[in-house]
Amino acid sequence: MTPTTFRVVPHTTIVFIYKSPTLPADSPRKQLAILLVITNPLPHSPFQISLSSTNFFLHTHRKSRFESPMASASFVKLNASSSPWIGQRSFNQRPGSSSRLPATRVSVVRAGSYSEELVKTAKTIASPGRGILAIDESNATCGKRLASIGLDNTEANRQAYRQLLLTTPGLGQYISGSILFEETLYQSTTDGKKMVDCLREQNIVPGIKVDKGLVPLPGSNNESWCQGLDGLASRSAEYYSQGARFAKWRTVVSVPCGPSALAVKEAAWGLARYAAISQDNGLVPIVEPEILLDGDHPIERTLEVAERVWSEVFYYLAENNVMFEGILLKPSMVTPGADHKEKASPETVAKYTLTMLKRRVPPAVPGIMFLSGGQSEMEATLNLHAMNQSPNPWHVSFSYARALQNSVLKTWQGQPENVEAGQKALLSRAKANSLAQLGKYSADGESEDAKKGMFVKGYTY
Amino acid sequence: MSCYKGKYADELIANATYIGTPGKGILAADESTGTIGKRLSSINVENTESNRRALRELLFCTPGAMQYLSGVILFEETLYQKTAAGKLFVDVMKEAKVLPGIKVDKGTVELPGTNGETTTQGLDGLGARCAQYYSAGARFAKWRAVLKIGPNEPSQLAINENAYGLARYAMICQENGLVPIVEPEILVDGPHDINKCADVTERVLAACYKALNDHHVLLEGTLLKPNMVTPGSDSKKVAPEVVAEYTVRALQRTMPSAVPAVVFLSGGQSEEEATVNLNAMNQYKGKKPWSLSFSFGRALQQSTLKAWAGKDENVKKAQEAFLARCKANSEATLGKYQGGGSLSEGASESLHVKDYKY
Repeated sequence: MTPTTFRVVPHTTIVFIYKSPTLPADSPRKQLAILLVITNPLPHSPFQISLSSTNFFLHTHRKSRFESPMASASFVKLNASSSPWIGQRSFNQRPGSSSRLPATRVSVVRAGSYSEELVKTAKTIASPGRGILAIDESNATCGKRLASIGLDNTEANRQAYRQLLLTTPGLGQYISGSILFEETLYQSTTDGKKMVDCLREQNIVPGIKVDKGLVPLPGSNNESWCQGLDGLASRSAEYYSQGARFAKWRTVVSVPCGPSALAVKEAAWGLARYAAISQDNGLVPIVEPEILLDGDHPIERTLEVAERVWSEVFYYLAENNVMFEGILLKPSMVTPGADHKEKASPETVAKYTLTMLKRRVPPAVPGIMFLSGGQSEMEATLNLHAMNQSPNPWHVSFSYARALQNSVLKTWQGQPENVEAGQKALLSRAKANSLAQLGKYSADGESEDAKKGMFVKGYTY
Repeated sequence: MSCYKGKYADELIANATYIGTPGKGILAADESTGTIGKRLSSINVENTESNRRALRELLFCTPGAMQYLSGVILFEETLYQKTAAGKLFVDVMKEAKVLPGIKVDKGTVELPGTNGETTTQGLDGLGARCAQYYSAGARFAKWRAVLKIGPNEPSQLAINENAYGLARYAMICQENGLVPIVEPEILVDGPHDINKCADVTERVLAACYKALNDHHVLLEGTLLKPNMVTPGSDSKKVAPEVVAEYTVRALQRTMPSAVPAVVFLSGGQSEEEATVNLNAMNQYKGKKPWSLSFSFGRALQQSTLKAWAGKDENVKKAQEAFLARCKANSEATLGKYQGGGSLSEGASESLHVKDYKY
């Protein structure tokens, strides 16, 4: 028979399985299978292989770091007339930042092969009327949530809870992205549907928490730093092939502890390194230096610290050649400390927060997705609404966890019969925040629970 | 204190915002005595105080020109000079609602150990001088830092040193009521392409804003005077739309929206080129939360000088040339410049001087 030819483009691995015809009854095995793995590690040259048997089936092909997002794509059947390209892009595309091919893109310094996709993803997440649902609680933290409604911290319960959230009909109207924990990225619903597919169908971009948590920072004033850079590149590439398109890394800064120059520098540098690695692997990095609410400081002090932190963050991002059109921010709002005698109105929070953003965030950044950090559901929504009363150079929206999930948990209580009600609660909070993003929210009709503060002193994720 | 909150804060913000008024820009007439001498000798005019005064009077008293200007940068001598009729130049400007500005740096010196890179002097006694200039009527200041592009330039030392100088100068100005124009000029000299210029510009501006933030400068009360992002002088020219795209993108990546306006330097572009590029930037569709305007020296005065040639009988003709350029650039800030028209002699002449020293 005529051989079928495959063209294997640069940086691609292709795996074939040879399955023999059924062997004679007296042979020890029923069938013979051989795995044939072919890799093209060359940066510029494709090669061709020809196979002359109908018994070879293409098992998988996998793009390594540099090529288009087709890694989870279809199998290609052998047939005489096809001579398919493996890899949908011409090999003339710049394979990576170390290429010596002439730059075709305008932004030489900050280009990687994912540039266009990163910009598109960031814009999709930063779309009007939508924000992020953060459900990336580690197993331990998720356990605390489940315990609060009397549930054990089992994988089944975590699956049930995340399933409730992610299969909420109509969620995609108000939610543009969802941050997952690693377990959830690889989970399926009880019906066997991948969680990431549930999200994709709703036009919600899946994201993934990539940091490895906070640990004490030696030589500091009792402050922390965020771990997770080791092996981050390959983990990010893995998450990308699993369907994630953005990443999140949360570091913290404490006002009562100074913050020390060391802690600020470390927080900013870690974020900058993480951001560069994420972009290199196709994930839009969400940059999150949370300035903790803990403390009794006035709002002016928070403003000072926020300005210092963001100044450092952007400078290091620039030094690491991060492309600002392909990042998102997740700042804390500028508010007084939790123990400060005066609470600030939403208008005051908006004024100070916008002042800080205008002084520190380059307009190239497409979206700013605020964290709620212990504010009540309603507070978080009102503050967001106040910030959207006039046009801003960037999309100003939300990335809420507790402020979106609190009512849901209380309504669900772990009971299957409450799932629909729980989903309604989520949709209602999501809609409120969507309206706030458009500057059109009204507090009439909010429940008492929505007003309850969720600040936990010394909160650890 | 997160940034300057002293007694001039509101005034600084109001003045900086006013300078960026759409339809207006800055005339840079702050040539030092030595530099203005070069201009005058190019039209065979002697470098005397009287001639310098006459030239400046020609410019500031051009009928109808002041409406297109929000500020004029002066050299120290000019701040105290008067019209032939005895009126102080600063009063002429005040009446026309044009803010007087003052050059406060004391020129560049070489950085030892570098390949001809420089830093700018002028911090000593700057506070006292600024206070003096404020009482004489100045409301904004200018300090020119210079960087160049080469195989190993600009070095991190040159970037840091110049950014630091700009930040210290800016803070001292604000303490004394003057809006600081922050000018990190990256010279156009060289064979590099527009991508290289963009890369360097973005790095330099990032360092400048980091320094300004570290020094607690009130960004809402400052202005930026950068170079446009263009190919090097020895490299092939590109269309104005390309200059616009690269320049706006560099600013989007580095300049916080708290800064009210950008007043571009012309850096040796011809009068027409500078106007057309500015126009393209204001037509460019993209996020531009700041005003994009001009602070031109040579690109506003070249054809005026040629027309004047030092002769009294040419004053009217020279003033017409000046008015035309002011109007053209005013239209460019609104994206409405039609281009070409009847260009005066010299309007399309390149004003590039290699390794230009002020």
